Amino acid sequence: MAVETLPPKPQTIDSTLVLPFMKSAREVFNTMVGVATTIGKPHLKMQPAPTYDVSGIVGFSGNVVGSVVVSFQSSCAVALVKAFSGTELALNDPDFADAIGELANMIAGAAKKEFDLICNITVPSIIIGCGHTVARLSGVPCVVIPVSTPVGEFAVEVNIKPAK
Amino acid sequence: MNVLLVDDSRTMRNIQKRVLDAMGGIEFVEAADGVEALKCMETKSFDLILVDWNMPNMDGLTLVKHIRLTNKTVPLIMVTTEAEKSRIIEAIKAGVNNYVVKPFKPEDLSQRVSQTLQQLKAA
Repeated sequence: MAVETLPPKPQTIDSTLVLPFMKSAREVFNTMVGVATTIGKPHLKMQPAPTYDVSGIVGFSGNVVGSVVVSFQSSCAVALVKAFSGTELALNDPDFADAIGELANMIAGAAKKEFDLICNITVPSIIIGCGHTVARLSGVPCVVIPVSTPVGEFAVEVNIKPAK
Repeated sequence: MNVLLVDDSRTMRNIQKRVLDAMGGIEFVEAADGVEALKCMETKSFDLILVDWNMPNMDGLTLVKHIRLTNKTVPLIMVTTEAEKSRIIEAIKAGVNNYVVKPFKPEDLSQRVSQTLQQLKAA
């Protein structure tokens, strides 16, 4: 007897969970970094590429689970950290990682207030290493929000879902 | 004026210092979490404390509750990404005098600090 294999269910973007991050990224960079941003069209991340050099990761728990990662190439991260902190910092300076973490924290925090669901966010983790990727929650669409600035481009990758 | 800045992010503490420095006459002490903040308060009294919410070791809300057990008057301003109405109410019930949501414009932080100090002076 032939067994019919169903094709994988196409992943769709939950705009209620993505739009807040588009708004918060713009708000954080305009308000606290003083850098104009152009938010690009969100799209599903279908493969590990592109790779990044600097990432700030914030986890979600409670009624929303998963993580949000704000990722940069090195030169863009250095320029944005300088604009944010007021100081030029090397990649290996602990204050550099601190600044990246705080940016990720604010993007995640400002977004979560727009959710209808109460949730918590973690203290950020920071990865600094050329050409890295961040493994994501399986079975949950990973949505990439590309962001352009005068000093380079970065991405906000949203990999979250309602807990139930 | 002695100001205690409590935030696990040194970047954020530096930003707050820059904003408040413009007010002049301020001596800053910094703490990276609630435990450090309480230690600072054992040896020094403060005219204003800015507190982040999400910090390791002891979060800001717990710190506020600890402070208010023994000090009902020191001005406390929570500076945090927690922006839900329920969180703000929770913080006010715990004893903060004012609340600033990150991200903030420097002038907004400065204005809230001035407003808090003036309100308490008038009381």
